Amino acid sequence: MITTSGLTKVYRSRGREVTALDGIDLHVREGEVYGVIGQSGAGKSSLIRCVNLLERPTSGTVTVAGQDLTALAGRGPRAGRELRRARSRIGMVFQHFNLLSSRTVQNNIELPLEILGTSGKERSRKALELLDLVGLADKAGSYPAQLSGGQKQRVGIARALAGDPKVLLSDEATSALDPETTRSVLQLLRDLNRQLGLTVLLITHEMDVVKSVCDSAALMERGRIVESGTVSELLATPGSELAAALFPVSGERTGADRTVLDVTFHGEAATQPVVSQLARTYNIDISILGAAIDTVGGLQVGRMRIELPGRYEDNVVPIGFLREQGLQIDVVGQEGQAPVLVKDGAK
Amino acid sequence: MTWSEMQPVLSQACWDTLYMVGWSTVIAVVGGLPLGILLVLTDRGGLLQNVVVNKAIGQIVNIARSMPFIILMVALLTFTRWVTGTTIGREAAIVPLAVGSIPFFARLVEMSVREVDGGLVEAVQSMGGSTWKVVRSVLVPESLPSLISGATTTIIALIGYSAMAGTVGAGGLGDVAVRYGYQRFETGMMWITVAILAVAISLLQVVGDFAARSLHRRSGGSGALLLFRPLKGVFPGTAAAEAVEKS
Repeated sequence: MITTSGLTKVYRSRGREVTALDGIDLHVREGEVYGVIGQSGAGKSSLIRCVNLLERPTSGTVTVAGQDLTALAGRGPRAGRELRRARSRIGMVFQHFNLLSSRTVQNNIELPLEILGTSGKERSRKALELLDLVGLADKAGSYPAQLSGGQKQRVGIARALAGDPKVLLSDEATSALDPETTRSVLQLLRDLNRQLGLTVLLITHEMDVVKSVCDSAALMERGRIVESGTVSELLATPGSELAAALFPVSGERTGADRTVLDVTFHGEAATQPVVSQLARTYNIDISILGAAIDTVGGLQVGRMRIELPGRYEDNVVPIGFLREQGLQIDVVGQEGQAPVLVKDGAK
Repeated sequence: MTWSEMQPVLSQACWDTLYMVGWSTVIAVVGGLPLGILLVLTDRGGLLQNVVVNKAIGQIVNIARSMPFIILMVALLTFTRWVTGTTIGREAAIVPLAVGSIPFFARLVEMSVREVDGGLVEAVQSMGGSTWKVVRSVLVPESLPSLISGATTTIIALIGYSAMAGTVGAGGLGDVAVRYGYQRFETGMMWITVAILAVAISLLQVVGDFAARSLHRRSGGSGALLLFRPLKGVFPGTAAAEAVEKS
């Protein structure tokens, strides 16, 4: 639904060049919620603004719903009619809501419809319908200043949906909200994604956002995508930074002569009594350093950090046994077990 | 001089001042608003970025702003005659008043429009809105309270200018104050004109502030009403300025 290839953005100011995006290849499938996570300054904002060409990429192409937007853009800095029409089919939600304070909630939602040239009666019908959808049917006549942050973002979402877009871009939509409100706004995004078949590309710096709504995710660092894939792929990737961050387990090694393993369970394996089997079969004492079970991207996943006596060399057989059970084993702090990352370019 | 002698002179003078200030305000708003918006749009990083146009407009505005009104009036004599066919009377005074107040208001508009959150512009762009749509539904409505304050300041400045125009034959309250108060030592007449001006200006300020503030309050007070502050310095001691200071 959204494809970028070789997307590069270089900012020039006073002779200095800053590369915000360095050859981004992103592929968002139709109907999925795709999260791009990274620290501030990683280039996330530039990326999402390049998708609807609010910022012109220095090179590379952006294709949304089969339409090459970079080709529509032309050379000048101003957006031509074609590009504007394409933008009206892409909804966008902002961190600071960006609602017009001089307009009522209903008139804010009608704004994109005015741009599309919809008639007055149709505009208000659509606006009220959308307000109902986001659960703010009683706020049509209020001004944005009278709403709470969460309500403002719901209005922002309703406004983004007014033009019946197939794609929704979310620029840190929940970053200005408290945790409780964040959850309800994310739930709304998830529901809209399911109900309307909306494709959502969101950028965030909060791992929780990825964890609760995303089907796929990408990790951005210094203008590049260092890992990407569906959440289950990422969790199944040994050594994945994103997986570790999505689902951290902690616990320190208790002695030098010990082997620490991170065991990740998902699907069938989660129901097997592997630890006791391991202890019985090999007659070893296992200590559990840390463990957690969580739902990531709608999947039940368990992760456990265990410690076995002896060095890695002594434990090759038990580790093999665990792998046979269909578990994913990461040996913590083990050289020569280089993590295989899904490098950029991987879809 | 008795009141019955003064009354017709004063009412004609008030009417003349109102006429000059009214028309030049209309022209100042019609000319200054687009000019001020253009100054923002053509600036670096603006929607219609054009450094040459921006610098050119900026220079013209600066030159016009820096010229003392009394000199502007004299400098424009030929132009005034070309437009109105005369250099005397209230119609002729409107020309320099308008020319002087367009750049004045344009700067105030520029300041107000600059205060509008860039995110709102981005939002409208992301919906596929044109630059014209951005101007119409974001820049002007979002800065409206501040624009109204700017218009109030402009009208008050115009009343001051119109008094100066009075000295070179434009009529109006300034003319009356000079001719009767200064040249004929009719102190009573002078004090009355001063009182009329003080009341008119205070009233104007109160109405302007009220309009700006009620719009501002509705929209929850986002966006700065920066025109309240410079006012203190411009008219120290007037009732309106004190009211502003208290608020």
